[in-house]
Amino acid sequence: MKKTIIEVKDLKKDFHVGDITVHALRGINLEIKEGEFVAIMGTSGSGKSTMLNVLGCLDKPTSGSYLLDGVSMGELSRNELAALRNNKLGFVFQSYNLLPRTSALENVELPLFYNSKVKPKERRERAIAALEAVGLADRMHHMPNQMSGGQQQRAAIARSLVNDPVVILADEATGNLDTRTSYEIMALLQDLNSKGKTIVFVTHEPDIAKFMTREVVFRDGHIIREGIVTDRYNAVELLKALPEEEVV
Amino acid sequence: MLGIIIGVASVIVMLAIGQGSKKSIRDQMSSMGTNLIMVMPASQQRGGIMLGNSSAQNMTLSDVVAIEKDCPDVSAVSPEVRSSGQAVVGNSNWPTSVYGVNNKYFSIRKYTIKSGRSFSDKEIQTYAKVCLVGQTIIEKLFEGKTDPIGQTVRFKGIPLLIIGVLSEKGENGMGQDQDDLIIAPYTTVQKRILAITYIQSIYASAISEEKNNDAIDQMTTSLRNSHKLKDGVVDDFQVRSQAEMVQTFSSISDVLTILLGAIAGISLLVGGIGIMNIMYVSVTERTREIGLRLSVGGRANDIMLQFLIESILLSVFGGIIGISFGILMTYVAANVMNWPTVIMPAAVVMSFLVCSAIGIFFGWYPARKAANLNPIDALRYE
Repeated sequence: MKKTIIEVKDLKKDFHVGDITVHALRGINLEIKEGEFVAIMGTSGSGKSTMLNVLGCLDKPTSGSYLLDGVSMGELSRNELAALRNNKLGFVFQSYNLLPRTSALENVELPLFYNSKVKPKERRERAIAALEAVGLADRMHHMPNQMSGGQQQRAAIARSLVNDPVVILADEATGNLDTRTSYEIMALLQDLNSKGKTIVFVTHEPDIAKFMTREVVFRDGHIIREGIVTDRYNAVELLKALPEEEVV
Repeated sequence: MLGIIIGVASVIVMLAIGQGSKKSIRDQMSSMGTNLIMVMPASQQRGGIMLGNSSAQNMTLSDVVAIEKDCPDVSAVSPEVRSSGQAVVGNSNWPTSVYGVNNKYFSIRKYTIKSGRSFSDKEIQTYAKVCLVGQTIIEKLFEGKTDPIGQTVRFKGIPLLIIGVLSEKGENGMGQDQDDLIIAPYTTVQKRILAITYIQSIYASAISEEKNNDAIDQMTTSLRNSHKLKDGVVDDFQVRSQAEMVQTFSSISDVLTILLGAIAGISLLVGGIGIMNIMYVSVTERTREIGLRLSVGGRANDIMLQFLIESILLSVFGGIIGISFGILMTYVAANVMNWPTVIMPAAVVMSFLVCSAIGIFFGWYPARKAANLNPIDALRYE
């Protein structure tokens, strides 16, 4: 029986914009087990981004409960939430969000800086290992502006792995990448998932969702549909099938 | 940071110049003798406007004699009368002053006799036409011939035989040439030049600087006695001590220093405001970075500390550069422009502390703003 990583019960989230109250999430029930690769889908305004923010402990729910790896998020203080984000979560953003003028290695080390239990030597070793896991070891001293979009996103993924989180949260991680590079990133994520990493991936592209194991569809703050992905794509095979890149 | 550098540098230079001028005046005044005491008729106090003849002529030799007798803390006393006019030697002439004094005057006013001699008591008694001259007189009237002893200088038609030459003294703290004078027996000047029997001022020295106030008290009592002033009647003379004047000048210098320092301090404040602005801009520019740090587990305090430290580093670094620059400028002022300067270590330390305080104070609000950002909004910031 696999462990339940994320358990959400009747989660509601309201935003107050001036006089108007926006009900972004209207009672969500969701369970994600270890090893799943979940696509959270929906159009703009469906509540999927809000869902990710709550899952990522970046925002507190208005009501309902959220248990992350058995820990109830509702009663935690700001500092405790920060520690939770540090230890249990890894973030991958659409626009990479790497620190400019900082090498890939130092970027990957960043979450470890805020982890007081890790000594500098171990920090470096873990960062190098994470970069190797994403295939970026040869670029570890490069600055973000010296790397392509795909490489930057891989560095961001390495950063999300470095604290050995229980779940990786990705927000439109392939949104800024071309088709080939998107497939490369999905190949990497599928590889990590096959090794046991739980991944929750927000996207509005059905094609990208096909790489994952399970789909959850949001609309107007509700989950309207969820299910296992059939005819799942294999990113490695798709890459091989792409036309050869023209050499310029 | 430029504001801080300029602010700190100017504080140091201003204070150095202020302190320097204070010290220079003190030094010059001590070379004039800090146990020097002067007595003048009271009416001279009102800017030289005489209020009736009698009040300006109330001091005589008997006052001097009485002081000598009554005041144990006075080491020497001399009368002084003075006349300004042209001194003539052959074809040259020069406007100068003749001071009529007794031979204790030299030690009181700290003039040393370079060559020749002072006048004798007999010469005083006989209104002898003799004098000593200062270096400027020799320059102007004898074309630098080093020893005019034995020559004659005419002053207001009276020929005076030069019996001695005074050593050079230079300019005093108020810019007056102390070598531009002729010294003669007071009796000679009183009778032959001014045709008066009173004396214009009394110069005395206390036996030591500590005894200054006692000497002044004794002289005041003696003069009140001599002038037959009853209790309750105001002094018809004024006793001033050199030490007092030094004090006055010191206080004036201090005020000047504080004023200059305050002006410089304002520029330091402006520098601090500059730092605050820069820190605010920095926070805004790095909003997404802050959002990222918060999302990977940075706590609000971590962010706050990060920005505070940056702010402090900025101001302390600026302070160090400013201090170095300030010391450099002080040396330039001292050596190139020959202004007297004294670097105050206290100013350096204080500037440093103020810079750190500025860094903390003016960086606080921007740092707090950074720490309180909402991670989601920050991450989405363009």
